[in-house]
Amino acid sequence: MSAVYVARATHVAARMIGGEMMIMSGRDSSLFSLNPTASALWQAADGVTPLAELVERHICAAYDVEPRVALADAEEVVRDLASHGILRVSDRPIEP
Amino acid sequence: MSLLHELGNRAIDLGIPLGVQVDLTYRCNERCVHCYLDHEDHGEMTTAEVKGVLDQLAEAGTFFLTLSGGEIFMRPDLLEIVGHARAHAFAVKLKTNAVMVTRAKAARLAAFGVDEVQISVYSHRPEVHDAITRLPGSLERTLAGARALRSAGLKVSFANVIMKPNADDYPAVRSLCEALGAEYKADATITPMLDGDRSVLALNVDAPKLAQIYCDDDLVGDADAYCAPPAGPPDEEDALHTLPCSAGHSAAYISPYGEVFPCVQFPMLAGNVRGARFIDIWRDSPQFAEVRAIRQSDLQGCSSCAHGSGCSRCPGLAYSEGNMRGPSIQDCERSFARTGVASDNLLAHRAGASAAGPRPVIWMAQK
Repeated sequence: MSAVYVARATHVAARMIGGEMMIMSGRDSSLFSLNPTASALWQAADGVTPLAELVERHICAAYDVEPRVALADAEEVVRDLASHGILRVSDRPIEP
Repeated sequence: MSLLHELGNRAIDLGIPLGVQVDLTYRCNERCVHCYLDHEDHGEMTTAEVKGVLDQLAEAGTFFLTLSGGEIFMRPDLLEIVGHARAHAFAVKLKTNAVMVTRAKAARLAAFGVDEVQISVYSHRPEVHDAITRLPGSLERTLAGARALRSAGLKVSFANVIMKPNADDYPAVRSLCEALGAEYKADATITPMLDGDRSVLALNVDAPKLAQIYCDDDLVGDADAYCAPPAGPPDEEDALHTLPCSAGHSAAYISPYGEVFPCVQFPMLAGNVRGARFIDIWRDSPQFAEVRAIRQSDLQGCSSCAHGSGCSRCPGLAYSEGNMRGPSIQDCERSFARTGVASDNLLAHRAGASAAGPRPVIWMAQK
């Protein structure tokens, strides 16, 4: 699979509250709570670092998980976040 | 339990000011007949001061930020402030009359990712709306502003304060609102002026009209449930833990002069961000501590009231009436209008208000 790039959507509201990242979608004001791994990915989503590298740095380094499995899970998470309009996903780097 | 409710509970447990309203100015281009503000500028916070406050709120964990006034567009630095707020990723709501909104300003707000713009609309009839705002042509300009905001893709809501001069107009305002793709919010509460003047309360709709409003399914959803007879006082055990409302617990208000209060409707001064850090006022002020110490079971005359479990008692209104541990008679009146059953607090208040007058009769709401 080619590289995947992820960037935080610009129109969301976000705040870390009690260790949980709360995000409000700019699309429809829906509220989401991210678990620690999703939160780590969302915070690291700079648009220019490939997802595989983000997973290696922020997930594999923190959890005892096989990189291939972690990347597959992360791809599912980012697709889900993108479907709610709180993350952008592309096969090329994303301009800020 | 919804995620929003969970978030609110977590904020209270952690002592986080989750939702804060900052009024940027009390100046206004309208002179609404029911307004509770003094529109003179007594030394508003500068742009840098407001930005500093927003920095502090972000650090304190505030998520929902409401920027209001006065009329916020009276400040030439509004867009700069909104941009700063959005850079902190607040969920930003703006309250405005939209008279000064242009397409260009609407586009900027949309580009910032403002969550919602709430616009005050009083009537679909220019002669009624403009008589309330005392600004000729204001309805036309407000609606033009609303259209510009909608065209820019922003979520817009209409706040329709219902009072005597516009009491019959809310269905048409609601239709107008729906035609624009905006959300409709009605409120029949007139707030006393900040200086304590209560004369504006005479604009409140009378009890039969209020009851009619409360029994309108289109407005309240299930009117039968909304206007059901009082369900009795809250459970004693629950009352020991139940908070009267979020003011001072997870919500706060900051005036254009930096004064910090539990809520915009709760004029109990707790400190000033010009002389102290917000978080220190929030955590340590004796006023916030006093507000936070109150539980439902402490409310004199309310903890045993038949309306207790369904009452919308506002601690700020109760404070304005003289006792934040007592009833808010305005809310007692509302409970009466909603259910047709007068509370003991209301009966006692009326008896006290007219010592030689007749005892009020229980009036049943029409459905």
